[in-house]
Amino acid sequence: MKALVYSRKPARYAAAMVAGALRAGRGARYGPLALRDIDPPELPGEGWVRVRPRLSGICGSDLATLDGRASRYFEPIVSFPFVPGHEVVGELDDGARVALVPVLHCATRAINPPCPMCQVGRINRCERLAYGHLEPGLQSGYCESTGGGWSIALAAHRSQLVPVPDDLSDEAAVLIEPAACAVHAARQVAGTEVAVIGSGALGLLTIAALAHDRRHTPIIATAKHPDQRRWAKELGADVVCAPSALERVVRSETRSMKLDSGQLTGGIGAVVDCVGSDDSLAQALRVVAPGGTVHVVGMPGVTSLDLTPLWHREVGLRGTYAYTTGDEHEPDDFADAIVLIRDLDLGRLVSATYPLARYADAIDHAANAGNRGAVKIAFDLRGERERER
Amino acid sequence: MPRPGFVLDVDRSTPPILFHHGEGFRLEKLPPGRSRVVYPGEPLEPLEDVDGAIRHALDNPLGDTQPLRTLLQPGMKLTICFDDISLPLPPMRRPDIRQRVIEAVLDLAAEAGVDDVHIIAALALHRRMTEGELRHAVGDRVYDAFAPIGALYNHDAEDPDNLTFIGTTPQGEEVEINKRAADSDLVVYVNINLVSMDGGHKSTATGLASYRSLRHHHNVQTMLHSRSFMDRHHSELHHSNWRMGKVLRDAGVNIFQIESTLNNNTFGSSGPMAVLQKREWEWSARDRATFVAMKAGLDRLPLKARRSIFQAWRAPYGVTSVQAGEVDAVHEQTVANVYRQQLVTVEGQADVVTMGLPYLCPYNVNSVMNPILVACVGLGYFFNYYRGKPLVREGGVVIMGHPTTWEFHPVHHPSYIDFFEQVLADTTDPAEIEARYEKAYAEDEWYRHLYRTSYAYHGVHPFYMWYWICHGLDHAGKVIVVGGETRAVRRLGFTAASTLDDALEMAEDVVGRDPTVTHLHNPPLVMADVV
Repeated sequence: MKALVYSRKPARYAAAMVAGALRAGRGARYGPLALRDIDPPELPGEGWVRVRPRLSGICGSDLATLDGRASRYFEPIVSFPFVPGHEVVGELDDGARVALVPVLHCATRAINPPCPMCQVGRINRCERLAYGHLEPGLQSGYCESTGGGWSIALAAHRSQLVPVPDDLSDEAAVLIEPAACAVHAARQVAGTEVAVIGSGALGLLTIAALAHDRRHTPIIATAKHPDQRRWAKELGADVVCAPSALERVVRSETRSMKLDSGQLTGGIGAVVDCVGSDDSLAQALRVVAPGGTVHVVGMPGVTSLDLTPLWHREVGLRGTYAYTTGDEHEPDDFADAIVLIRDLDLGRLVSATYPLARYADAIDHAANAGNRGAVKIAFDLRGERERER
Repeated sequence: MPRPGFVLDVDRSTPPILFHHGEGFRLEKLPPGRSRVVYPGEPLEPLEDVDGAIRHALDNPLGDTQPLRTLLQPGMKLTICFDDISLPLPPMRRPDIRQRVIEAVLDLAAEAGVDDVHIIAALALHRRMTEGELRHAVGDRVYDAFAPIGALYNHDAEDPDNLTFIGTTPQGEEVEINKRAADSDLVVYVNINLVSMDGGHKSTATGLASYRSLRHHHNVQTMLHSRSFMDRHHSELHHSNWRMGKVLRDAGVNIFQIESTLNNNTFGSSGPMAVLQKREWEWSARDRATFVAMKAGLDRLPLKARRSIFQAWRAPYGVTSVQAGEVDAVHEQTVANVYRQQLVTVEGQADVVTMGLPYLCPYNVNSVMNPILVACVGLGYFFNYYRGKPLVREGGVVIMGHPTTWEFHPVHHPSYIDFFEQVLADTTDPAEIEARYEKAYAEDEWYRHLYRTSYAYHGVHPFYMWYWICHGLDHAGKVIVVGGETRAVRRLGFTAASTLDDALEMAEDVVGRDPTVTHLHNPPLVMADVV
């Protein structure tokens, strides 16, 4: 079957780093990603089914991987070669549409008893990502055993499947997974005032999730590009400003003082960093209030950061990863994501889709979505000829 | 003998008219047969002996007061206050008239044995003056004698320890002014009356006041009923200040007012800028060549370089009068002298008024003319240069030309940036802005800190700029900015046009076809007496 495959090729990886540094997304052309014919993944065991992706999104973490920017932290919890793609709406053999919960937690790995985290429903914090009968992989899309969404077919455990309501289009459904991340992130934010750094797809979904639960006001968002500003406003941000203006806006909203360094003396109780760069994290520390929390939602990498204000102002720095799927312990972020998508008609955020054959264009578009007026780019597998074989 | 201002009817032979356009110029053809241009008068003859005129004014005061020398006694507390950086515009060449007057007052004080003298820049909620600006205003001799011992300083409207609450007017307006001035045996106020709005009781009641006091007349209601604030008898702004002046007088604050007027010699009679002071049809070939060369040169320079050139300009004004004594008596004569230079009779209103806005207004000396100030100088100042009725009929169109760049001076105008980004993004309605946002900005500790310790206008100042334009906003059917940065113009709530022709075409949608047009040829300053 046709699939985009990411292999362990150090030379190619180095080329991707160089190309990606020159232009975001260019790592896809020169790196280890290739369109290949491979065998469909075997079903690893009982409870596994074949999913044929319909749409599969391109995520910021995918782009970091393709451009060689991902941290080496991931090395032990991925397995090569893998087929990327974890934002998936697909269909089962019986034609039922499902969204994928890509986290490869204990249940998918036939680990019994499950790890302490999975026992309390926190599958996003699973401690067994490199163990069990699957190859290592934090998610489908990073695991050799399962395949991924950028292909004609992947293997998924039944615990990874969320039925897609009939009234949701494929475009809406492909956003269920990233929206679940946003819902999960919004759930962690305490207090009323919040600043969201970054209005890419994840940032916009987070703004939508924060606004949707109506606990937060004002929601201040930074957005680099005109369309992002428009979306941020439309999805519920009360104040949208250029990234460079965040200190000024937060100061104004919170009536803080400002030191010569740009550090606010007061600030906002919660900052949600949907970028995860050195600059965004440093900015978050400048505008967060003493005792406040910086929520790191965008995937960071190796970071150089002055943590003095974190220490001095007793600021919390908290990672926010993925989601939970609902049990007696934890809420169902996917169910809430579906409500969010339906209520706000978020399928509109899918700006363009590409066939697998045009993967370089697709990734270039995704990596430069903001300045091209786009939000979410996805692969469209519905028209692939092999699909019906 | 200088020729007075007049109104030119535009016909086909009328050459293109000069429009100031920020740090540049435009030459515009106005529609013949239905346009007219209000020209300022030529500069009045200046006083030949300014120092003699000052001494004469101090020895022969107007109104119910004694000559200054008889008011000065050993052991008394004397405070000299003077107008700040906002006057005159552009700043005048040295010696500044304030320096001359202050030196004369200090000579008399020294003769009388007065040694407790403070000199205060009466800047209300304006930014503090820098050392260089203070030196320019009062002269090096005065600065070096008083500043090092802490006796020459900027008024601080946010210093609770140095403000004194005087009382309230019958209308409930609170009067709170600088403590040193309030406690003085005599306050000598040294004024420059560039326009008729300046001076009188407004000098002390505004220049030395606190926000608590200023908010009673710097508000939407007052500004809406100041028609215009260049005509104090029809200005609620002035009525309020005059009421406060009475409270000060009744409380025993003894004020000796010294007011001076300047002529229209803004750009001089020689040099490249002189052409700006001439009427276009009288431009010689040399003038035309000078103008073309100047414009071409400016157009090629980056904005910062142009700004530096213009901001460095010092006007060679001549002093036309000095009067001193009791506030009301002095001010009446002062205003008459201002009108003598600036007032031009204009018959009837027009459908459209056009104006070319220059690089400068009272609040961007040595600074940036940000979009809020553009609105203020156009709809606030130029629109209000009238007595009787506005130049444009109610529901008519105001067309003003200015580059209106989205740019702010970060040190001078920090609260303006927030006002533009936050408040105007939400609403441009002055009353709504006043109700929803003023208090938070006025009481913002950060703005207060910057006003007191840096060189920032007070947090509430952009609100006052917006209130300043509310009469114009209320009166005009549409406001169009020619040559402005579109997004900045839109943020102001105005309409952007690329050319004057486009603007006039847009205006027809509001006032009908072939509208009458009046152009206010300003600066040099001209005020319309619309009958």
